[in-house]
Amino acid sequence: MSLLARPHYPDYSTAPVQHQFYPYADNGGSVVAIAGDDFVVIGADTRLSAGFSIYTRNQNKLFPLAKTTVLGCSGCWCDTLTLTRILKSRMQMYAQEHNKTMSTTACAQMLSTMLYYKRFFPYSISNVLVGLDNEATTLSGTAKRRFTKLGGSAGALLQPLLDNQIGQKNMEIVSKEPLSQEKALKILKDVFISAAERDIYTGDSVFINIITKDGIQEDKFELRKD
Amino acid sequence: MSILAYNGGAMVAMKGENCVSIAADRRFGIQAQTVATNFQKIFEMGPHLYVGLPGLATDTQTVMEKLRFRKNLYELKENRRISPKVFSAMLSNMLYEKRFGPFFVEPVVAGLDPKTYEPFICNMDLIGCINLPTDFVVGGTASAQLYGMCEALWEPNLGPDDLFETTSQALINAFDRDAISGWGATVYIIEKDKVTIKNLKTRMD
Amino acid sequence: MLVLCPEVPTPGFSFENCKRNALLENKGFTVPKATKTGTTIVGIIYKDGVILGADTRATEDTTVADKNCEKIHYLAPNICCGAGTAADTEMTTQMIASQLELHKLYTNRVCRVATANQLLKQYLFRYQGHIGAALILGGVDVDGPHLYQIYPHGSSDHLPFITMGSGSLAAMSVFESGWKPNLDEEAGVLLVRNAIAAGVFNDLGSGSNIDVCIIRKGSTDYRRTYDEANKKGIRQASYRYPRGTTRVLSTKIVDVEEVSVQRIEPERMDTA
Repeated sequence: MSLLARPHYPDYSTAPVQHQFYPYADNGGSVVAIAGDDFVVIGADTRLSAGFSIYTRNQNKLFPLAKTTVLGCSGCWCDTLTLTRILKSRMQMYAQEHNKTMSTTACAQMLSTMLYYKRFFPYSISNVLVGLDNEATTLSGTAKRRFTKLGGSAGALLQPLLDNQIGQKNMEIVSKEPLSQEKALKILKDVFISAAERDIYTGDSVFINIITKDGIQEDKFELRKD
Repeated sequence: MSILAYNGGAMVAMKGENCVSIAADRRFGIQAQTVATNFQKIFEMGPHLYVGLPGLATDTQTVMEKLRFRKNLYELKENRRISPKVFSAMLSNMLYEKRFGPFFVEPVVAGLDPKTYEPFICNMDLIGCINLPTDFVVGGTASAQLYGMCEALWEPNLGPDDLFETTSQALINAFDRDAISGWGATVYIIEKDKVTIKNLKTRMD
Repeated sequence: MLVLCPEVPTPGFSFENCKRNALLENKGFTVPKATKTGTTIVGIIYKDGVILGADTRATEDTTVADKNCEKIHYLAPNICCGAGTAADTEMTTQMIASQLELHKLYTNRVCRVATANQLLKQYLFRYQGHIGAALILGGVDVDGPHLYQIYPHGSSDHLPFITMGSGSLAAMSVFESGWKPNLDEEAGVLLVRNAIAAGVFNDLGSGSNIDVCIIRKGSTDYRRTYDEANKKGIRQASYRYPRGTTRVLSTKIVDVEEVSVQRIEPERMDTA
């Protein structure tokens, strides 16, 4: 105990020091997706960061997997790269074996299985998988959801606004109109503007993919850079 | 778990056109267990001055009583109403005095200046660092959700009725995404000639 | 204790909650982080005096608590102080400012920067770094311009150009490549702006706007929001709700009676 009373000089310490390896990095980022009746919009910010520094301001975090399927990832970037690489090769194997591309729901199921396969050393990623199913549209996350799904560092900031504006929660007067693509895009951009104001890991710009039955259309939107 | 999240709670204050609003949830819980749904977190400190004290419930009440005592002494000595600015400075100094053994509250002050009726809002951290924005302030365990809501909903020059809707919607939708706040809400709209206090219908789960 | 004649409170910090808080901490509740960290503050000496600069972001962990806070504090008419980290710097500078004002009235002289430095470092040293105030102190006195860097533990440096905070490395890279002795004012302000901008854009803990304070001999020029480096994005939709959107259970209206002043004309005494 007398050791504790003395001042601590790290350079002259003789006590054993335990070093640890932490296998995960948090590279930040946020992903938001909104589904309508016959379309899905998904957006991800393009800032890749670690701690208080920015790695790049221009990193696309959306991965088109098929003609109408897109995966958005945020979290540990090295895990994202590995996961998407394996995902793509397994989709190719499926295509060659069955002579058709995987449906969005099949992708979601496979992603879920692949994530659970790493149950005790998991990928540290928030995944948002979106796409059109055979008839109309649904939004599939790794947990299936109807209207909105999001993941990433600004998750808590974004979700209540989506609940309110898309899910029409807590309102007495609600419009009966179905969600239009324009409105979904506006709300998507606005939640990112809000998140960039208050979350230090969200910023620079947003990559947006608009998925309709004709395919994937790309869009970009600038955010604040600090 | 942080001490500030022991009882849970959400709070927001916004500036409008010649009016201010302050709103909070009504839950009193002990960690995940809800004990009461009529807990008061916002206190009147004058006709146009309200203070909200989210954080550890025991300190909410202790700090409120200390504040009421000091505010009463000020008004007896000076024979005039305390202004929100002076009140906030007093609160800030009171919290900073306990720099090394703080009260676990993050106060939110909202009011109108007694002379000019200028809207005033501010919040501070638990050791009294004042933050004076021009739009809105938030506090409590749902603060991240409230930041997201308010950044999108708030706009300048809202009248009292619109300010009520904006504040209420920001608060309700925010605390619905926080497990330890909610269970009813109270909104105060402070105007020059009247204060409107409304209890809101919310999810009770 | 009498209510109308309260005891004179003991000056300084109060430790009455410490025992309780330690008990809560031992029960496994973490004490919340009070201090807002993350900042970029800089100062340089130029031809006619000192220029200080600061960003305006205050963070709580990874969320932005204040988008436009003031980090350049007043100490005396000829001395300003750039400071990071929350309540400690605010309160410390307020207290030292009042001591300097009293000192000025007592001695009838313009305060020296060295006096402010000595007061600050002795105060901080007394608390052994527990008061987390990191300061850049700049001013002009009879000896000319001075710039001091003061650490929370109470050590200080006297240097021609200084950066502090989490964005200090980004800002210092600008100074190391651009600072020269005897810069003119225009070039000096631009250098300070660029140094803060380097912190604002490359350090996630710093952000928003740029404040600059120029102290010359005999005049101080505080330029709040010298450069609005980051503007909020323009909202695409309006989220104004129709009235009656929120369901109300009960309403109570408190009428605040206006205090009306009645002027009573004094009546003339009847002398008839």
